[in-house]
Amino acid sequence: MTKRSLGLHLLLLAAGIAAPFLFPAHTVQFAVFWIFVLFALTWDTMGGQMGYNSLGNVVFFGFGMYVCAIVQIALVYNVGAYTASDGAIKIDFTNQQYFTGLALGVFLAAILPVILAAILSWILFGLRGPYFAIGTLGVAIAAAELTSAWSWVGGGAGIAMPVFPGGPGMRERFFYAACMIATILCYLFLRWLYSTRFSLAINAIRDDEDKAEALGVHTARYKMVAWSVSAFFLGIAGALFGNMTGFIEPLETAYPTLTFGIFMIAMTLLGGKGTLWGPIVGATLFYTLRELTWTYLLGWQYIALGVLIIVTVVYFQQGIMGWVRAQKPGWFGVHVDAEPAKALKTDSSS
Amino acid sequence: MWENLQILGTAPVFNIQLWLNGLTVGAVFALVAYGLALVWGVTSVKNLAQGDFVMMGGFVGYWLSRHGVHPLLAIVPVAIFMFGYGWLIYKLIIRRVIQLDLFTSLLATFGLAITMQQSLNLVFGPDVQTIQSGFGRYEMFGGMVDVTQIRLIAFGLCIVLAVAMVLFLKKSRLGQAIRATAQDPRAARVLGVNTDLVYAMTFSINAAICGAAGVIIAMIWVIQPFYGIAYSVRAFVIVTAAGLGNLPAVILTALGLGVVEQYSGFVLGAQFQQATVVSLLLIILVWRTLLLRRHRLALQ
Repeated sequence: MTKRSLGLHLLLLAAGIAAPFLFPAHTVQFAVFWIFVLFALTWDTMGGQMGYNSLGNVVFFGFGMYVCAIVQIALVYNVGAYTASDGAIKIDFTNQQYFTGLALGVFLAAILPVILAAILSWILFGLRGPYFAIGTLGVAIAAAELTSAWSWVGGGAGIAMPVFPGGPGMRERFFYAACMIATILCYLFLRWLYSTRFSLAINAIRDDEDKAEALGVHTARYKMVAWSVSAFFLGIAGALFGNMTGFIEPLETAYPTLTFGIFMIAMTLLGGKGTLWGPIVGATLFYTLRELTWTYLLGWQYIALGVLIIVTVVYFQQGIMGWVRAQKPGWFGVHVDAEPAKALKTDSSS
Repeated sequence: MWENLQILGTAPVFNIQLWLNGLTVGAVFALVAYGLALVWGVTSVKNLAQGDFVMMGGFVGYWLSRHGVHPLLAIVPVAIFMFGYGWLIYKLIIRRVIQLDLFTSLLATFGLAITMQQSLNLVFGPDVQTIQSGFGRYEMFGGMVDVTQIRLIAFGLCIVLAVAMVLFLKKSRLGQAIRATAQDPRAARVLGVNTDLVYAMTFSINAAICGAAGVIIAMIWVIQPFYGIAYSVRAFVIVTAAGLGNLPAVILTALGLGVVEQYSGFVLGAQFQQATVVSLLLIILVWRTLLLRRHRLALQ
């Protein structure tokens, strides 16, 4: 890590820590921003680095959310009775009960989606190209529909999450910190992962899967691991997001295929897929745009979203990072000779 | 669930009702799926906004019928309008994604789908609508089974439209150019076919078919701005199961899907209808994968 890049990282970290203290009214928005960065980073592992465009990554987010909620409730109460009461039953959690439940819930919300990813990858990775995208879209829609019909987990009516025991303002700050830590861990992990052989293997799968297989890359194994990494962090994000909103239900919060599921892709494409920083830049820009349109263009926000997707996909394929790389290759360690002919001449004379 | 199955067992006439409803709806699915297969085969663009074209056609027909146009007559102006709309969308979006990779077209049309459903929502509101066609109903088996006349008319219309499409593709000059482009765009271009025009015509014709299907759906069932995605998924189910360019298989699968949906709606409950369609899609995709895997093993 060079000095300048270390300075940039520390600057962003300081901004992240300072944000909830400078603008305490917007702490939840900032926390959601970190979740969005995590969305884009994990989607890029699959879509950008490996070339498998999943429309259904949100399934791990919702699964983690539900796992965490059920673990938290099941530790102190009967889940079926709690969900059947439609929020009429209020449980007073002690501090210890709440945080034990949350820790265990987040832990399982990370592990179980990985298992789900392993099972799904066994089923779905036989599909290539657009069939994979449609198949994952089908999984996400089916998950939402089945959860809405399952009354033990609250069905379409949803679950009221346990109430955070701390004082006013503490809840927001606590979950802000949790979301930020989760996203930073995700970033550091992916940064390390992309510096290993692993990134070469999944990039090879993206470029030509059959050739990669012929060269001895265990494509099935790599694809499964890549999806599991996404699922791991998405599950944690789901658990935190569910607790932060305080109320979860299948269609709008847990499995929002048409909002979060598409935002992930839009952010990554906007920032430039297949780069580490592209998703982060894209998420920042997208989230700012989203907050502005949701505030000032209410009613038109989804139209703005659709148009943004179309324009990005059709007219701005390479994304922001791709564009910057084309303009300033030197920043990415790519050396381009300004006058190739002259360089050739000096070569031959020497 | 078991009680509903028992009802079917003890009163077999209900089966006839479900079959009638399923077949008439399935005929409309066949139109939508055929349009999708046509565009998919010719331009290789997978149009995820297919269902939203249907809904848009339905709402334009609804608007016309509110202004005194008979819904059956409204099909013609709606088809013409949707043809123009398809042309515009082709020039703005589709033309630029044909050359790019497949996921791009999927995502671009998905963005289009979001934009269209939200625009419809803004213009017509989120309520479920239907067009009153003013036809009566037939009753059979002493009133146990009833079928509205408009369903039969719609079924006939779907057949007419399908036959017209087939004749158009087989006999007309443009239809032959479309089929030639589907087979090999480069060779077609060499032989003097204006492939860009062919792509534009194919996409616009598909939009017109969807528009007509939308009006029919609005007459025999209901329309709502956000129901479009269900029709897109159905069309994908049918086309992936039946394969491209196999019209009899597309029609049979579509009719079958209509009947299966009616049965699952009756036996499992209406809230499972969409889940059934999506599960069918997954099953078909996995089944295809297994077939492919066996094929690969056989090759080794």
